[in-house]
Amino acid sequence: MAHSARRDSPELPDFSLLKRLARDQLIYLLEQLPGKKDLFIEADLMSPLDRIANVSTLKQHEVDKLYKVEHKPIVSTSDQLCFLIRPRIQTVKWICDVANADKAAGKFRRYKLIFTPQKFYACDAVLEEQGIIGDVTTDEWAFYLLPLDDDIISLELPEFFRDNFLAGDQRWVRTAGSALHLLHSLYGPFSKVYGIGRCSKMAYESWREQVEEGEQKARQAEIGNVFLIDRDVDYVTPLCSQVVYEGLVDDIFRIKCGCVEFGADVTSSDKSVKVMLNSQDKVFSEIRNEHFSNVFGFLSQKARNLQTAYDKRRGMDIKQMKTFVSEELKGLKQEHRLLSLHIGACESIMKKKTKQDFQELLKTEHSLLEGFETRECISYIEEHINRQVSMIESLRLLCLLSITENGLLPKDYRSLKAQYLQSYGVDHLLTFSNLRQLGLLVEQQPGETLTVMESKVGKLVNDKAAGKLTDAFSSLAKKSNFRALSRKLNLVPKSDEEYDLRVPRDMAYIFSGAYVPLSCKLIEQVLERDGWSGLEEVTRLLNGHEFAVTGNNGADLRAKSDAKRIVLVMFLGGCTFSEISALRFLGKEKGYKFIVVATSITNSSRLMEALLDNHV
Amino acid sequence: MMKSKTDEEDYWNSSKFKAFTFDDEDDEFSRLKESKQAVNSIRRLVEEDDDEDDVEKVSWSGEPVGSISWSVRETAASNQRTDRDPAFPRIPADTLVSKSQSGYSLSSLFKGATGRTKGGSFTDSLSESSVRLYAPELRKPKSEYKDYVSDWSPEETVQRMQQGKVVSLEKFRSLQDKLLLLDFAVSAHDGNVITAVLIYLKRTLSKEVLFRELESRQTALRHFIHYLTESREQKLLLELLRVLGRTEDMALLQYKEHLSIADENKRRDFLKSCLSLPFSAEDAAHVQDHYTLLERQIIIEATDRQAERGGKVEIFQKFPRRASILNMPLITTLYYCCFYHYTESEGTYSSPLNIRQTFRISEKQYFVTALAARAKLKEWSDVDALFTSRNWLGFTRKKSPLSFQRVVDILQKNSAPTQVLQEYVGLVDDADLRISLAQKHKCHDIIINTYRDMKDRQLLAGYRGKVERGSPEERKIDQLLNNTVRRGGAPHGQHHVT
Repeated sequence: MAHSARRDSPELPDFSLLKRLARDQLIYLLEQLPGKKDLFIEADLMSPLDRIANVSTLKQHEVDKLYKVEHKPIVSTSDQLCFLIRPRIQTVKWICDVANADKAAGKFRRYKLIFTPQKFYACDAVLEEQGIIGDVTTDEWAFYLLPLDDDIISLELPEFFRDNFLAGDQRWVRTAGSALHLLHSLYGPFSKVYGIGRCSKMAYESWREQVEEGEQKARQAEIGNVFLIDRDVDYVTPLCSQVVYEGLVDDIFRIKCGCVEFGADVTSSDKSVKVMLNSQDKVFSEIRNEHFSNVFGFLSQKARNLQTAYDKRRGMDIKQMKTFVSEELKGLKQEHRLLSLHIGACESIMKKKTKQDFQELLKTEHSLLEGFETRECISYIEEHINRQVSMIESLRLLCLLSITENGLLPKDYRSLKAQYLQSYGVDHLLTFSNLRQLGLLVEQQPGETLTVMESKVGKLVNDKAAGKLTDAFSSLAKKSNFRALSRKLNLVPKSDEEYDLRVPRDMAYIFSGAYVPLSCKLIEQVLERDGWSGLEEVTRLLNGHEFAVTGNNGADLRAKSDAKRIVLVMFLGGCTFSEISALRFLGKEKGYKFIVVATSITNSSRLMEALLDNHV
Repeated sequence: MMKSKTDEEDYWNSSKFKAFTFDDEDDEFSRLKESKQAVNSIRRLVEEDDDEDDVEKVSWSGEPVGSISWSVRETAASNQRTDRDPAFPRIPADTLVSKSQSGYSLSSLFKGATGRTKGGSFTDSLSESSVRLYAPELRKPKSEYKDYVSDWSPEETVQRMQQGKVVSLEKFRSLQDKLLLLDFAVSAHDGNVITAVLIYLKRTLSKEVLFRELESRQTALRHFIHYLTESREQKLLLELLRVLGRTEDMALLQYKEHLSIADENKRRDFLKSCLSLPFSAEDAAHVQDHYTLLERQIIIEATDRQAERGGKVEIFQKFPRRASILNMPLITTLYYCCFYHYTESEGTYSSPLNIRQTFRISEKQYFVTALAARAKLKEWSDVDALFTSRNWLGFTRKKSPLSFQRVVDILQKNSAPTQVLQEYVGLVDDADLRISLAQKHKCHDIIINTYRDMKDRQLLAGYRGKVERGSPEERKIDQLLNNTVRRGGAPHGQHHVT
């Protein structure tokens, strides 16, 4: 609303093409198995599939019944079965069980496995071991990219994060490269690629190889710049509570594939409603990037305007009324429906957040980001755990504490872990082991006593003057990375300055002015400097793996000037709505348009849930 | 948890613009309510001539009718009902049909185009047809490759595998060749290919040799561990970890197996067998606790189930148990025992005090749990005793290991009446915090008294509007205001009366 938008922002490319490509390829694959068939769909593919096709599309191509893959014996009576699945060993094993059970029962069927976005050799190995190669045909559906909005594209691969960063399995690297390759061939050629992170580097390599394998037709570039970033470059940002509307809605209601289900408490009826949240929604598109505190005012104003528009009906003659009904009423009704939904959502958010003392939670997060009153933060988290408040929330706060403090004192680590296990179950031993492996929740090592000293001194002096002392220490301390990064990049604005959330002055507005997201700050800096020069200290603190490459095919010359200002940012391991909002803000400030490509949309809960191991 | 004054003044409250807070029911929330009313008042008007064409049809479960997830659920439901139902549910409206969808069958299009699109890239097919359709690469049947797959070098083999082309690994027979293949796969950064090579190595090398070679190849090792985890080859995985000397990982992996044991007695026995696993000292204590807890839960569960069925124990009749206590976390168990077994002597397994001692529960943790449980039962005297029992040193004030703000919160969440809340809100030291808590929980007396003590006439007068008309609170305010008026007018100040 109050953004001082630059008017010369370039137009975004049209990504609906990606949907059409995916749909047409799926149809082609379905027709490879002529005749009536039942289709089994992997549960987490259903929503993405819903975005590009619907039942009648499938029916037109002789799909009879639809089932969800449930790893149970099947009830289908069809003699042709088609499976639309992710390349997962357990799913393939289940299909083998189905086929082998049929064999044993003397039932003859044809089976087709469609892997998306690609098949893995490990899946083939299962088919071979189970003796059903030859009984089944397999195919790949190269459904890499799902456009969720004009400027958001998702690979819908939430498992990317755990597989790549926790297990260290690089199976999705090629997938990321292929996704990039697809975008490059449709909207490129790219003229500049920047990146940071091990996986980004590998994905870049994979993409480059694929470019070399194929041939690039000369065409006008629509996307000029690309920025690749690993999720593990910045864990702090996705661990924070989101307070920008779209992020908050995601935190509370969980947006799935660009669609949210508002329950009865929002709709104030007995039905829940599924709503697509994107730029088509005129109400939503105006509030999605706003700090939550601004949303009320906007909605009230909107409601008043709507009232006025309706009131126009009074005193109209028949002819005027007719025009009103045919031209305006439909739009008003649509707006009315959306407005009441978003007001309902805000109300529900307020209720939930008031109940859980959101205010105090935010204050704790901000103290952690600032490195201020850490003791109080620890006892806040401890009480959270003691009272068995949300298991995920407690874990998230522990991680935020560890990562901002560069690890916990051994004494604190032990005590917090013990209390956590008491409150939420000893099973979480495995969760803690995962978090340690990932470096999200660790003990400070004995060699790092300087940071300990630093925080102790900070506590003794306990005022802003301590900042200088801290500075002195950290120049010697080796691993106080978040603090050091925060100082180097000025991520945490001084808390005694006022911050008007209505007129944001920087990306910090997405966290109430308390913190500029590290990921987005890096992107800003690199674009500004056209590379990493001058950021050597920063990349050292981030463990390196940065790169900046210019295309040598003369792409720059051909690139429209607009394309140079279109920046594709690829988040490997997930991206939050807050980060997207921050980039949209940055784009408006600097005249860029950002396209966010993410392996999945993430938030603190999804991040934590991916690392839980207290279940089979 | 008292935050210092400076800390309170963070951006939320310090900005000169009206600070927004999530607790602020008075302003933003009521504005929201107003707008909601405005919108609702229009609703009737909108609905009277609603032709519904812009509203998605939604099924009972909330899925848009005609969506795939909806249809899948319908299939499942219809299968439960009867197998003879029509294959597809009737679809009343098809709001999701895309307008851009082509009307003709695609296969006909591809039949004519196979020759042209073979091996074609995206750009080829795109630039060649004005209808932008993409034909996937139509691969040659496998048999056509068979003649010339055998001569690829390890590097070429890896490259071909990356491109999804057919290869045979059988010719890599010497250890050196196998490892070369693996190393090329690793340097290609393609996890799919790395795993494929590992599967081949697993088939053709002895465990000892494979494990030995993997030890110096960390990336390949991680892929192998992940592969074994996914294909659930627990035994081999444990062996690998043992050879690598990763004993703690081994212990954790074995411990994890308890999750798949449903029977509580078997699970307990399994946990007992875990006690000898090579955990770190810290984790060993946790696993010991896990075992002790389950052992105890089994005993408590048996006794309580019987008591509940017997129908003679009042508390189980009044508050029937909602779930079994088996496999619940320790604190849930403590809560349960504070709820059902509060007064038991320290000698029983279910006595809260016994649990506290056995599991070394901190004082604060015990206090929080007992407080919540007794408050849930509305046993206010027990609640009171929790504070006063700490009075043995002769303190006249109530003491708590938890800030009173937190105490109020816990009580309020257990729907304590205002009278009870008032008592604890009054014990909050910080005046600002006390006022805001009192406002939140409508403890009028405290607010009035605090304003009185602050001698703030304006606030007091302002608060008059917030209490009920004709209530004792209103009278009290009036009385105070009148007093101060008189006092303000009189040259000789007089002390206010309560």
